[in-house]
Amino acid sequence: MNYQLTATQWGYKGIFSAMASPCELLIASDDPKTANAIMIQAVAEATRIEQKYSRFITGNPVWEMNHARGHLVAIDNETAHLLAFAAQCYQLSDGLFDISAGPLMTLWRFDGCGNIPSQDEIDKARVRVDFSRVHFTDTELTLPKWMSLDFGGIGKEYAVDRVAHQLATQWPQISILVNFGGDICCPIAKSSDMSAWQIGIENPNALDNAAAVLQIRHGALATSGDTRRFIEKDGLRFGHIIDPRSGYPVANAPRSVTVLGPNCVTAGMLATMAMLQGQNAESFLEEQELNFKVFR
Amino acid sequence: MQLAKKNNIAGTLALASISLITQNTYASEPVASDDDWNIDTAVMYYGEQDRVQAVEAISNVQMAFGDTSLLDIKVVFDGLTGASASGAVAQDQAQTFTRPSGNGEYVVRAGATPLDDTFHDTRVQLSANWSETLSTQWKVNAGLYGSKEFDYMSLGGNAGIEHGFNKDNTTFALSGSYTFDTIDPISGRPVPLSQMALRADYDTEAAFQEAFNQTRHTASDDKQTADILFSVTQVLNTHWIFQANYGLSSVSGYLSDPYKILSQVDSNGTTQSYRYEHRPDSRLKHSFYVMTKGALDSGVVDFSYRYTTDDWDLSSHTLETHYRYYFGGHFYAQIHLRYYQQHAAHFYQPFLLASELLPEYASADYRIGDMSTYTFGLKFGQDLSDGHELSYRLEYYQQNPENNGTELIGQLQHHDLFPAVKAIIAQFSYSF
Repeated sequence: MNYQLTATQWGYKGIFSAMASPCELLIASDDPKTANAIMIQAVAEATRIEQKYSRFITGNPVWEMNHARGHLVAIDNETAHLLAFAAQCYQLSDGLFDISAGPLMTLWRFDGCGNIPSQDEIDKARVRVDFSRVHFTDTELTLPKWMSLDFGGIGKEYAVDRVAHQLATQWPQISILVNFGGDICCPIAKSSDMSAWQIGIENPNALDNAAAVLQIRHGALATSGDTRRFIEKDGLRFGHIIDPRSGYPVANAPRSVTVLGPNCVTAGMLATMAMLQGQNAESFLEEQELNFKVFR
Repeated sequence: MQLAKKNNIAGTLALASISLITQNTYASEPVASDDDWNIDTAVMYYGEQDRVQAVEAISNVQMAFGDTSLLDIKVVFDGLTGASASGAVAQDQAQTFTRPSGNGEYVVRAGATPLDDTFHDTRVQLSANWSETLSTQWKVNAGLYGSKEFDYMSLGGNAGIEHGFNKDNTTFALSGSYTFDTIDPISGRPVPLSQMALRADYDTEAAFQEAFNQTRHTASDDKQTADILFSVTQVLNTHWIFQANYGLSSVSGYLSDPYKILSQVDSNGTTQSYRYEHRPDSRLKHSFYVMTKGALDSGVVDFSYRYTTDDWDLSSHTLETHYRYYFGGHFYAQIHLRYYQQHAAHFYQPFLLASELLPEYASADYRIGDMSTYTFGLKFGQDLSDGHELSYRLEYYQQNPENNGTELIGQLQHHDLFPAVKAIIAQFSYSF
């Protein structure tokens, strides 16, 4: 199991790589054995979720769903829970958050070529995007032919929360900050006589510089943004947030949205929904009475 | 209607997320961790070129009782052989010395630094320390210590208290210790500055023995040490920590080294006789220490400086740094650099002059003379997957004694009175 653990004056910092992101655990414990046990468990759980829900791995449950060609697929309890949550997000966002939007996403390849898809291509893809046509129960799923699902917009936040929840269950005395590529959860409050965890929020206009520092003792935060992925064409910047209803990137979307929440999936979905609101991102977040940071 | 629904998004999501996160998926099998015991073992070799060789076996057991109590027990075995500088100066002629026991002699060849090779010892050392966390702010500890070797026994106790405040960013610690040592050298302690009896100067063994006995006190003597240490540790930011210590140490009793002598030379630098050293019977030492330690992206670094001074006028400066780098995974390498410089005690002199009256105190032990030393070390460690750790350490240590300004007379000018001592330290440790 590949991770790196460093002793610090406040405990241990462990890093590893998963889900194409740098993953980091800050562990408020001085005991190297505990820190190692925590890392082993975190890496195992993150890897398990990645293996199960990455759409790039042949033969995993996502691959089976996407290659069923309209046939019934058996799903397990965990997948059923994720689908139920995705369905909630789809409804609450009036269809803006749609895990079946993959065909549209792939049209907008953020490969730096600056090519934007034609209206014809977009129209063809839109036919294959509609989560309301996905039918599932606790044990099985039917996905219309030519449609596909992608848990990429939720998987990393889910992994953060799962890892954080497992660690909190097993080591309820130890405050641990779980950070997978900027999606963060800290389920056990850091005791008040210790300093809070410090989190830097990336400034999309100056990458790799923390633009703001948040102090967190307890809770989660997640960021949605086009900080590293966009297409620039004729002076227009197309972000990587696609409105599945129009098939185009959301106009006037913020560069990034960071939201604080009780856990990472909640914070992540709210950040993504805010992005999808485009110009109205801030007012949406204010309506929800959330703590947030928006960069434009 | 639309507004009411929109206001609910955050709450609805939070509610939906709970069943998602807390569902019982088959978790990766829980990792068994017996946090309660921690055992460190190490074998260390220390070897000086042509001089002292030591092998040390160390075992440290740490037991946790709940979250607040910790018991630390350490056992050390030492085996020592080899020779160490007696304090006498090299000469153009071979020199004959009486062994510290009075039984027999040894001869040092012309031009060589006189080494006393009657140096074999084993030592066993046992210590136990209990620390107790009383609250998030207060911690106390107490311990006992004992060691025994052939001619020396040491017993001690220590206690300390630690207070954290300012959100635990600042820690004050105060500790004290008291040690009582009993010194019982072979055939008694030398009478301070008495002249070494040499068999060749006496016609009969009985006459020599009588003369030798004149240079000895037979009863054992003792030494008492009281230490107090005050320390402040400050967290500077998320990556750096700073510590400052002040220590005061008061030692009284028998502080001479019963095996060290001085040469008494004439105006040609030729040795007339040897005298046993004599040091004051008390010593008050101050030490000041500052250290900063930082967590880097893939390593840890520390820098420290220590200044010590005492009423023997012996003072020292120490600069030290460790840099540890973690390669991916569980492997680290550490570099250790240390530089030490010492200014001699006021009664240190490399030899005595036969033409002058004997001083009250005198020692030619290079270890309390002017000296600089440096250490260069490398350590490699490997964290094994089950929380065990293996490490290897190799260090080079060199002592460079220096003349404290004494004018070298006659034949002494041809000899190296301040030879460098070179040593290798190798250690293998395993923690589980």
